[in-house]
Amino acid sequence: MVINRDHENKPEASLSTSTSAGENPPVAAPTVEMLGLTRHFGATTAVNALSLAVPNGCIFGLLGPNGAGKTTTIKMLTTVLPPSAGTAKVAGFDIVRDAVDVRRNIGYVSQMISADGALTGYENLLLFARLYGIERRLRRGRVAEALRFMALEDAANTLVRNYSGGMIRRLEIAESMLHHPKVLFLDEPTVGLDPVARHAVWDHLRGLRNDFGTTILMTTHDMEEADELCETIAIMHLGQAVAIGSPSALKVQVGPDADLDDVFVYFAGGSIEHGGGYTETAQIRRTARRLG
Amino acid sequence: MAEAIQRRPRFAAPRGVSANELAMTAFIRDTTALAEVELRKLGRDPIELFTRAIQPTLWLLVFGQVFGRLRAIPTGNLSYLTFMVPGILAQSVLFIAIFYGISVIWERDLGILQKLVVTPATRSALVLGKALSAGVRGLSQGVIIYLLALLLRVPIRFGLGAIAGVLGFIILGSALFSTFSLAVACLVKTRERFMGIGQVLTMPLFFASNAIYPLSVMPAWLRALAKINPLSYQVDALRALMVEGGHPLFGLGMDLGVHLVVLAALVLLTAKLYPNVVR
Ligand SMILES: Nc1ncnc2c1ncn2[C@@H]1O[C@H](COP(=O)(O)OP(=O)(O)OP(=O)(O)O)[C@@H](O)[C@H]1O
Ligand SMILES: [Mg+2]
Repeated sequence: MVINRDHENKPEASLSTSTSAGENPPVAAPTVEMLGLTRHFGATTAVNALSLAVPNGCIFGLLGPNGAGKTTTIKMLTTVLPPSAGTAKVAGFDIVRDAVDVRRNIGYVSQMISADGALTGYENLLLFARLYGIERRLRRGRVAEALRFMALEDAANTLVRNYSGGMIRRLEIAESMLHHPKVLFLDEPTVGLDPVARHAVWDHLRGLRNDFGTTILMTTHDMEEADELCETIAIMHLGQAVAIGSPSALKVQVGPDADLDDVFVYFAGGSIEHGGGYTETAQIRRTARRLG
Repeated sequence: MAEAIQRRPRFAAPRGVSANELAMTAFIRDTTALAEVELRKLGRDPIELFTRAIQPTLWLLVFGQVFGRLRAIPTGNLSYLTFMVPGILAQSVLFIAIFYGISVIWERDLGILQKLVVTPATRSALVLGKALSAGVRGLSQGVIIYLLALLLRVPIRFGLGAIAGVLGFIILGSALFSTFSLAVACLVKTRERFMGIGQVLTMPLFFASNAIYPLSVMPAWLRALAKINPLSYQVDALRALMVEGGHPLFGLGMDLGVHLVVLAALVLLTAKLYPNVVR
């Protein structure tokens, strides 16, 4: 995928202070850094002193059983939910003190399939281009770029209520990339998509990272997705990270021919014993669906 | 591709994003962007506005005609029907705006709100954008009531200033009550509770106002309530501007001031409550 970004980037190139990227990407300060991040809901501790670092340009997967605290973590990192304790920095900005700066630098795709059905894809994108504060002279170009990048040009003027699930997801990713965010947060980006749409989303996410250097933090319940797409995964359980590493390293840790399912069960499998029976799981699912 | 992953310097904002523009410019841009989108949606599906015509028609044709004959309510130099027309317009504005808050619950359930609150747009722009689009919806009620009034031969003031004033107050009143409604929605968070509370709120707001009877006939306690009810100021302004012989009781300046102050206070309050809905 060839993306021409030079027309708007050239004048600022002289400001660049970055080290030249050699064969290996340079070791940079992490783009997302959580320090003891904690969130209580009444008696529940949804996220419990979580400390994680997501390197720049990484596709990072948060895994864990229902109710592990993945969505709550993302809500705190996207400044929607204030932490009960601890701090986090996103793209160098504190999620509480510099919330607006954080929001300028992130994109977010929620757990729900959620573009506005009463508008066309183009209108949806133009709204977000304005809300993200993209300069007027660049707006149309950025919308066209996002449509092209997500292969939605033909559907640009169709009402979104006539889109397929896969197209809506791609439109949402398009919305979240308009302002070239440094970090993209995706909550279960491929849930409910057919295999073809799922692979398309993966390709587009890889493309975003490769062409724009976007750091991607996503949650998933799909082990194949984690294995294929994520370079680093963290398995969460009861609000804490119980394992961190590359999928292959974690597999080796668990056993000679373990797959990622085995890794998941090994680190978080106790969830039924820990978390109670069917009713609680059903309730968590319902809450998760309602709250995104 | 390695070159693409290289570290970028840290700016306050990504490239192409205006980080240093005036807060006011951004606020106006975000507000109009949101209002524009709502209007576009309304334009595609305007049926709802026409069904809204039924209730005010019944009030004017049935209630207005009967009470006009009775001459039970002292309305000074105005006929009762003439007195009542601006009151029913204010009522329609109230009724259409007071349930508007459900849209924020609706958008929360669809996941749209979650995306809006992670943009850099200020929360008050998100709120005022919605309020203004509700304001324009209210205008449709103005058109309907003007037509009804003409049919009923109510003496209408046709001056450009008078009509512009009426439309302006309709927008302000709709924005005010829809913001109130958004605040309630942010507090109750579910559709069912919201609909219940909406029903409970409308009638007291309507009856504790000068919409269909003047302040002078009210018992003291009701008059005290009517004087702190923003709807009374909406009615007062509409009555002064819309019909021949109408006079403002509080003064148009006072009416305008109350609208602006209450609207601003409600927008600030609702902006504070807004993120609660998605937590
Ligand atoms: N707004 C809320 N009020 C009360 N409890 C909440 C709220 N949001 C989350 N919780 C609770 O916090 C815990 C973590 O929830 P969270 O949604 O973060 O889990 P998750 O890992 O995203 O789960 P899923 O995989 O089902 O999406 C759960 O026990 C949940 O019930
Ligand atoms: Mg979740």
